[in-house]
Amino acid sequence: MDYRIIRERDENRNQKILFFLKHIAFRFNGTLVLAEHTGDKLNPITLSAVSAASKLGEISVLVAGTNVTKIAEQVAKVEQVKRVFIADHEKLKHQLPEYVAKAVETLQKQYKFDHVVAGASTFGRDVLPRVAAQFDASPVTDIIAIHSDDTFSRPTYAGNAICKVKSNAPVKFLTFRGTAFKSAKESGGSGKIEKAPETDFSFDGVEFLSQELLKSERPDLQSAKVVVSGGRAVGSADNFKMIYELADKLKAAVGASRAAVDAGYVSNELQIGQTGKELYIAIGISGAIQHTAGMKDSKVIVAINKDPDAPIFEIADIGLKADLHKAVPELIKAL
Amino acid sequence: MRALVAVKRVIDYAIKVRVKPDKTGVVKENVQHSMNPFDEIALEEAVRLKEKQIIKEVVAVSLGPSKSQETLRTALAKGADRAIHVEMEEATAEKIEPLFVAKILRRIAETEKPDLIFLGKQAIDDDCGQTAQLLAGLLNWPQAMYASVVEQESDKTFIVTRQVDGGRESIRIKIPAVISADLRLNEPRYATLPNIMKAKNKPLEKKKPADYGIEIVQQTQILEVTEPPKRKSGGFVEDVPSLVVKLKEMGVV
Repeated sequence: MDYRIIRERDENRNQKILFFLKHIAFRFNGTLVLAEHTGDKLNPITLSAVSAASKLGEISVLVAGTNVTKIAEQVAKVEQVKRVFIADHEKLKHQLPEYVAKAVETLQKQYKFDHVVAGASTFGRDVLPRVAAQFDASPVTDIIAIHSDDTFSRPTYAGNAICKVKSNAPVKFLTFRGTAFKSAKESGGSGKIEKAPETDFSFDGVEFLSQELLKSERPDLQSAKVVVSGGRAVGSADNFKMIYELADKLKAAVGASRAAVDAGYVSNELQIGQTGKELYIAIGISGAIQHTAGMKDSKVIVAINKDPDAPIFEIADIGLKADLHKAVPELIKAL
Repeated sequence: MRALVAVKRVIDYAIKVRVKPDKTGVVKENVQHSMNPFDEIALEEAVRLKEKQIIKEVVAVSLGPSKSQETLRTALAKGADRAIHVEMEEATAEKIEPLFVAKILRRIAETEKPDLIFLGKQAIDDDCGQTAQLLAGLLNWPQAMYASVVEQESDKTFIVTRQVDGGRESIRIKIPAVISADLRLNEPRYATLPNIMKAKNKPLEKKKPADYGIEIVQQTQILEVTEPPKRKSGGFVEDVPSLVVKLKEMGVV
């Protein structure tokens, strides 16, 4: 028997396999999801980003910060997560975009992911385009639907037109609207945790000073499934108490129209941005287009207003023409 | 100190846009256009810093068809000292992505050498919210996005309060830096008639993307633009008890 021929044939086959593997590796380097967290808690929008990303390919997650092992362990258990990178550095403590972007850039240079994605929150919106600039890639932001690995839908004109786009960017930098994708389950995954490559954090143009977050026992407005929202007709900051009371009954977040914020009834963090909820209760809100653009993607909209001609009733699933000062306390009692 | 302010001409925020029947975009012909509201705020902030004598010169920049000059004249009437118009065909402007706007702004920044670049946090037409971050990334400058307060701290530093999810954040940035304006930053002024007249004599330089060596390559192809699913009114209920019944029927409480 001629062993040489066999060896040759063998090598040939090996090369073919190698080529095949390389080809796969070249085409599918997977998706990197940027985890968003507060240092001790994973932000729920990350779970939506993971579930959206699972439509694109194998998922790796980057957890950037200081002392984030616990967060990384939590992320590793999320379904579909294959790999978790920890970038731990003093400069990453407050996750300022300048530094997080550097960590992502280093990781991307080494692993060449096909997609780099995050939730369309302040964090995601801050970081993603900054990194994309380093790769000469046009980002696609605030995606509400994924059609294929390069085709997405996103709202434009404050949600009045839906734009379907195909991205030819060399790397797809994407942000997903949290409420448009269901959350990935927090169990079932067994991601491998490893250290992210060393990054040069010598940039020093920015420094974190302080943060003032609205403390509340209620769910966060961004991630809440139910929102009770008050408008100018609520009348005063004091009257807003009943909005809070109703929200507590429903385990809901409290929101407000721009008019209520401007009138000083609540702080501006509560103003309704673009969002879609399971249940949205609009109280004393007339429904200007800037407001409806923000909430019209909600599954069920309830409106309570004494003006039957208020435009909010045109989009409400259930309308109640009533004086809110009577109807809201009655509703609190009935629930 | 010099400030560069990027302003965009967009369909006026109060207009209800209509999607074209052929699904290629929205109807723009004979529709009221104005300066993107976030850009007005960005410009106002630069002008206020000039009034506080922190900034010496405010340069307004706009990319777009010839009509963008109206937007620049408005910027000049509101206090910008001079303007740069990077002109392009309407069809090109329609498709231009934030990345290429950022690339051109970077070139302008390299020649104008501003200490601060102000932009709106997003344009209300494409709702991208990317240009400021892309530009900061290209320049490798600090970025203070969604600013609601901008205060000078020293010759080289500013303190910026940012509107972030769930609250506010305060950061110190070194100049040169990129700042994007949140709605809360200020209340923009109206241009007075004498200032509108004066603005006509202020310098407005005309450029082309090619002058900056930038070739516009489209990376994001628009396949179709459609109306969002229409919501229908579900009608009224009589009173609170029937509201509760209905909520329970729908399984939302």
